[in-house]
Amino acid sequence: MDEYLDRLNIYASRLVSQKEYFVPGHRACQGCAEALALRLVAKTLGRNNIVACATGCMEIVSSPLPLTSWKVPWIHVAFENAAAVASGIESGLKALMRKGRLPRQKINVMAMAGDGGTSDIGLQALSGALERGHNMVYVCFDNEAYMNTGIQRSSSTPFGASTTTSPAGKVVPGQVTWKKNMPEITAAHNIPYVATACSSYPFDLMEKVKKAADIEGPAYVHILSICPTGWRIPPQLAIHAGRMAIETGMFPLYEVERGKYRLNIDLPELRPVEEYLRFQGRFRHLTPELIEKIQQRVREEYEKLKRKVEMTNED
Amino acid sequence: MATRVGMEVSIAAAEAVKQANADIIAAYPITPQTHIVEHLSELVNDGELDAEFIPVESEHSAMSVCAGSSAAGARTFTCTSSQGLILMSEIVYAVASLRLPMLMILANRSLNSPLSIWNDHSDVMSVRDCGWIQVFMENGQEVYDHVFIGFRVAEDRNVIIPFMMNIDGFMLTHVIEPIGLLEQEVVDRYLPPFQPLYRLHPNNPVTMGAFGPPILFTEAKKAQDEAFNKTMPHIIKAWQEFGDLTGRYYHPIETYRTDEAKIVIITQGSLGETASIGIDMMREEKEPVGLVKIRLWRPFPFAELREAVKEAELVVVMDRAISYGGPGGPLAGEVRSALYPQESRPRVANFIIGLGGRDVAPEDFVQMVQQAKAQPGEWYEIYGVRE
Ligand SMILES: Cc1ncc(C[n+]2csc(CCOP(=O)(O)OP(=O)(O)O)c2C)c(N)n1
Ligand code: SF4
Ligand SMILES: [Mg+2]
Repeated sequence: MDEYLDRLNIYASRLVSQKEYFVPGHRACQGCAEALALRLVAKTLGRNNIVACATGCMEIVSSPLPLTSWKVPWIHVAFENAAAVASGIESGLKALMRKGRLPRQKINVMAMAGDGGTSDIGLQALSGALERGHNMVYVCFDNEAYMNTGIQRSSSTPFGASTTTSPAGKVVPGQVTWKKNMPEITAAHNIPYVATACSSYPFDLMEKVKKAADIEGPAYVHILSICPTGWRIPPQLAIHAGRMAIETGMFPLYEVERGKYRLNIDLPELRPVEEYLRFQGRFRHLTPELIEKIQQRVREEYEKLKRKVEMTNED
Repeated sequence: MATRVGMEVSIAAAEAVKQANADIIAAYPITPQTHIVEHLSELVNDGELDAEFIPVESEHSAMSVCAGSSAAGARTFTCTSSQGLILMSEIVYAVASLRLPMLMILANRSLNSPLSIWNDHSDVMSVRDCGWIQVFMENGQEVYDHVFIGFRVAEDRNVIIPFMMNIDGFMLTHVIEPIGLLEQEVVDRYLPPFQPLYRLHPNNPVTMGAFGPPILFTEAKKAQDEAFNKTMPHIIKAWQEFGDLTGRYYHPIETYRTDEAKIVIITQGSLGETASIGIDMMREEKEPVGLVKIRLWRPFPFAELREAVKEAELVVVMDRAISYGGPGGPLAGEVRSALYPQESRPRVANFIIGLGGRDVAPEDFVQMVQQAKAQPGEWYEIYGVRE
């Protein structure tokens, strides 16, 4: 094991910086892959980065007065307005640099929120910020429910999942709606860059965050962030769960760069969705019929996505 | 030195924001605030004001953008009314606790329902306890001047608290008044560039808006309350220095003919000018009536108020908002608290007037004083109801 870790250390330090900006000591649950994703994002954006953070797990675990896990400038104002707060920071810096009151330098502005803070209550503020074209990176940490308040459903909760407000009941089998497609909604704003990512694919994730920061204008990165507590899986299966989400086609990894779609991991054959669903407590109640329903939907959506890749890359 | 020109008060306010060299303006249109932000957009797009005008998709985002830009160290302005204020109110509270200085003009308008675009003070009273410094303006000159005073106080390192100017919708925003404009050089002398104590910048990373566990929340609130209670001398100093530069002096409250006044009317905002005409009419009839106008609403000038009404036997408070199930209007509640510690205190009668743009004439003040004299006890009444 030690030998393995040493090798990993050498391996990682050559490819990625060892510097951390979201640092240890925070209070996330064991095995929280949302915290892992955030660590990778912060690492990629580095020192010259200002973070506007929405209320949610990552805010609460990282900032209990008088402590902080943040080595970069960071602000939390409320739940639904990270995109607007980041708009203000970006515009403020722009005006001050133009007017000669701050030295000119490249400072990245990042907004971050959970799936609730993005796809539900923060959707309007996000849409406004994207439409106005602020030069910022917006990262959605999607753990598929309102985890901070106790695993309530969001519009990003997948069909069939049992949450505290979409419980698997005797009549209604958990969430009855399909996951809202945030990457498509943001892509429809014609912003220069949209990507999906997952902490189980760290290098893919970091490359995308880097691209998002380098591109001029608004960029949106949607990260599937495995939450062992809310998904009712053992912490040591968090990375595996992310891999299964991608390999079954439940959550495809793709980019939309200036309107062109690209699948980053294009699997010749998808694994059956059952391999993703069966070890998660939130899906335990699903009948074979419901699993088949999910399987069909995943196939259709994946085909749709592949057609978009083809259509937007025709010459 | 100064020139006087006839100008719509909204335009004068926008011109002052330009002279104050604001960096960020984030606003969403709502009647009767629109003329201010429209004129500011023109000033920015014509290159007369070097600022970012951010046409947000809601007032909630307007205040959120202001939070971000103030935290980045930019001079920040916004402007709203009524529904816009209560939509953004979540963030109005947050920026005060985050100690993010900025200036907001609130063009006062009533709240739904029924829908009304017209003037009263129910909007501002909904955020009475939000932790902003709040003033009520009586005329266009005060509005123009307080843009500079407001930025100066809010950004003062002894204060660092956002500043809200209440100006009556239509009654003040849309009227043309003679305004004494200041030379740019005078403005620059009075209002130095914003130098924040902390700003969001990689050179000195800070965490703003951390979450307050029970072991520290009370202490954080105590610190905020103490800071707020220390603002009064700095507000007064800012007024004094403004007066020394311009000859226009302001105070927490203004009095009119209160010498030997056994009856004192209390107003806020533009109603003061109408009330003073009513006072003159009553004084002609030998009625010993005076007027107290409350300019500073938060922090409330308790001592100054006691002093101003010390000879009165009857105080008639004019509120422009209702506190359902409460002791009357919000202003009357404050006046009663101010007077309560005194051994002998005047009787307080309370009228709620001018709701949703209902006109109030000088004669109405005469009538209300007659009624207050004749009707004993402490009470409130919604005045001028059409039966
Ligand atoms: C206006 C408002 N409504 C509700 C809440 C309560 N609240 C705080 S965090 C949260 C859920 C956060 O969910 P999400 O954005 O998905 O982030 P997560 O905690 O799952 O990472 C809710 C409902 C709030 N803080 N503010
Ligand atoms: S509830 Fe989930 S997302 Fe929140 S800290 Fe725990 S594991 Fe992470
Ligand atoms: Mg969530």
